Amino acid sequence: MAVTIIFLAVVGSVIAWWLSRQRLTSKPWLEEGAGEPPAGPGSGGPIPAAKLGLWVFLAVVGSLFALFISAYSMRMHMGDWRPLSLPDLLWVNTGLLIFSSFALHRAVLAARREDGGNLEAALLAGTVSAAGFLIGQILAWRQMAAGGVFLASSPAASFFYLITAVHGLHLAGGLVALTRAGIRVARGGGTERTRLSVELCAVYWHFLLLVWVVLFALLLLTRGGTH
Amino acid sequence: MVDIARGPTDLVPPAEVEDAELYHPKSWITKYVFSQDAKVIAIQYSLTAMAIGLVALVLSWLMRLQLGFPGYFSFISPESYYQFITMHGMIMVIYLLTALFLGGFGNYLIPLMIGARDMVFPYVNMLSYWVYLLAVLVLVASFFAPGGPTGAGWTLYPPQAILSGTPGSGWGIVLMLSSLILFIIGFTMGGLNYVVTVLQGRTRGMTLMRMPLTIWGIFTATVMALLAFPALFVGAVMLLFDRLLGTSFFMPAIVEMGQFLERDGGSPILFQHLFWFFGHPEVYIVALPAFGIVSDLISTHARRNIFGYRMMVWAIVAIGALSFIVWAHHMYVSGMNPYFGFFFATTTLIIAVPTAIKVYNWILTLWRGDIHLTVPMLFALGFVVTFVNGGLTGLFLGNAVVDVPLSDTMFVVAHFHMVMGVAPILVILGAIYHWYPKITGRMLNDALGKFHFWVTFLGAYAIFFPMHYLGLMGVPRRYFELGETISLQESHSLNAFITVVALLVGFAQMVFLFNLGWSLFRGREAGSNPWRATTLEWQTPDTPPRHGNWGKELPVVYRWAYDYSVPGAEQDFLPQNQPSPVRSG
Ligand code: HEM
Ligand SMILES: [Cu+2]
Repeated sequence: MAVTIIFLAVVGSVIAWWLSRQRLTSKPWLEEGAGEPPAGPGSGGPIPAAKLGLWVFLAVVGSLFALFISAYSMRMHMGDWRPLSLPDLLWVNTGLLIFSSFALHRAVLAARREDGGNLEAALLAGTVSAAGFLIGQILAWRQMAAGGVFLASSPAASFFYLITAVHGLHLAGGLVALTRAGIRVARGGGTERTRLSVELCAVYWHFLLLVWVVLFALLLLTRGGTH
Repeated sequence: MVDIARGPTDLVPPAEVEDAELYHPKSWITKYVFSQDAKVIAIQYSLTAMAIGLVALVLSWLMRLQLGFPGYFSFISPESYYQFITMHGMIMVIYLLTALFLGGFGNYLIPLMIGARDMVFPYVNMLSYWVYLLAVLVLVASFFAPGGPTGAGWTLYPPQAILSGTPGSGWGIVLMLSSLILFIIGFTMGGLNYVVTVLQGRTRGMTLMRMPLTIWGIFTATVMALLAFPALFVGAVMLLFDRLLGTSFFMPAIVEMGQFLERDGGSPILFQHLFWFFGHPEVYIVALPAFGIVSDLISTHARRNIFGYRMMVWAIVAIGALSFIVWAHHMYVSGMNPYFGFFFATTTLIIAVPTAIKVYNWILTLWRGDIHLTVPMLFALGFVVTFVNGGLTGLFLGNAVVDVPLSDTMFVVAHFHMVMGVAPILVILGAIYHWYPKITGRMLNDALGKFHFWVTFLGAYAIFFPMHYLGLMGVPRRYFELGETISLQESHSLNAFITVVALLVGFAQMVFLFNLGWSLFRGREAGSNPWRATTLEWQTPDTPPRHGNWGKELPVVYRWAYDYSVPGAEQDFLPQNQPSPVRSG
């Protein structure tokens, strides 16, 4: 469970850092008055609610994957573990996902410059490569199955299918949001809102890329010999 | 940060309405059914939770009937007894307490108490309720499924949870796991809202250190739940795979009915780790909102500022943080004793310090307070007494747990019912009596309320005190009947007594439900602030508050939430949105 502990430690330090700036030692019973007028709506600060919501959501998803990884490593250390060999296709998929993330990064830059043409191109590239990643993952499953490794073949196989499926589902959910943002852009919105939704998608993409890299590294380090 | 350097009398221009941001319902359906208004969602959550809680209550009667009068009820078989225990425990802890505190009170109180118009993501908030409802329906469906609901115990330990010897191992467990997965998805949607609304939606002047403790409790509990529920999610998904798809995450190689199952030697211990990774903080997810609400009830009804507000906030945060750390014992001690005894003993010891601070501060607040024995106050006092009591038996359990036999007896059942069952339920009931006037505009009937309180409070003691004694006599938990064990014969009359009282307490809850319905039409008009409370929800222009909560202008907060018995004030309290004391004379 080391991974989960580390993850929680990170989340915990973010919370602690944030709390440390909240004047928790002030004496509210001595203070009166409403303070300076806030910058935006409410007095919460300049971060848009949707962005904060996304980060909180990422903490939840992070906790989910940390737990999967912890379960994986705990299970791995039990006697009957038989390591798995991985299809090489996963390298290609990883490349696709990196490209997708990079494309969304370009999209954010283009949106900031209000450069509509590049924005559309980058969004399209990001969407297509992410879809490519998902298709690649399914192909990888089929290669495994063709090699006689099914969901219930061994604990390692079960973990492989389950974890890749959960990751893929999260990306698929992201694709829905990304497509919606793309449509909004194509309809000619260079507005604040489209920029925000492109930014949110990019953050989510980078996060899922990070999760995938960690998962892939873990799978690689614990894999068995080739077929 | 908001700087509060202005003079107390400075008037600040109120914040503008951002009308465009507010979603406006267009038809009856979007106003009352598929509503995005947190207040309506709160009521939907609460009613659903209470309805399913009623099922759990009926199950407890059935269990008690069996325990009190074994052999009289032919329709209760050993299998169905296990099913009752399992469903009762699961419903009470998750579908009632968690849903009511966070989905019910969280939704109603967060926007109102921090001066927001609604949650920040109203649409997601609405989805949260409907997914929760679906989870409840799936759970209810398992009662009607072939083979009935699962009887694996609320901890759902594999392997027995999915082996054919266990009742409900066909449909029951599948529906239960699916329902849990749905619940967690629904909760996450709601939880994101509660957290971000508290962070972003506070009105001008509402600094964190001016938030009522209710909000602190709900907020911290939500953060914990968001991080802890994924563990249950992972466990449930993997168990579901084991059950349906033949994987062996948890299933060890097992011989069932003389045949080797197609299992590859999974790890049941792994499930226990995941389960307690969630189960452990769950206790505090339920307790922290209760702590917060009780602080506000006590302060309001004793007309006294809460003693040690800062310490109360720190204690809430500390309990949240500590319970994260305490988790570690599940991660390093493999094969840990999963029983409640151990579980509570360890945590009570570590978390005893901030918890004791809270109890101490409640008592100091009451001390020399001008105590009004209103119904909400009675429930709050009942909670404090029960909690102190539970803490004491907890210490006893802490010593006794070395003596393993006790840890699987009725003593443990009694103990966790006191701390985790009765105590939070008392808070919920008190909170309903307290906020009902704001929600409906009418007061609950006082006489019925007092009757309800005394029967529930004294009844709970009559049920669970003797149960401690049964445990000391060696009566085990999760036993359908004791059989002919001679030494336990004298437990029979005691068991019968407990059962009769349990039925009485159940009857008192029916009186409460009647009161809820009756007062809706016949209750005394409440006015906008019947308890003369300081917090923002009582300062709304309309009662019940309308869509958008605040009319044209958002309230501006000038002070903390506990200015009671202010010398020289016109009334004896100062609402949070009042600029400066109006001096008389
Ligand atoms: C009138 C109120 C209640 C009565 C009479 C009652 C009665 C019972 C009984 C007879 C058992 C089974 C004991 C055994 O044989 O092991 C039980 C188990 C349990 N109850 Fe309650 N209960 C009540 C309220 C609650 C509440 C409010 C909660 C919420 C936390 C709760 C949570 C549980 C749990 C978690 C179990 C253990 C289930 C298991 O062993 O799997 N109960 N209750
Ligand atoms: Cu524990």
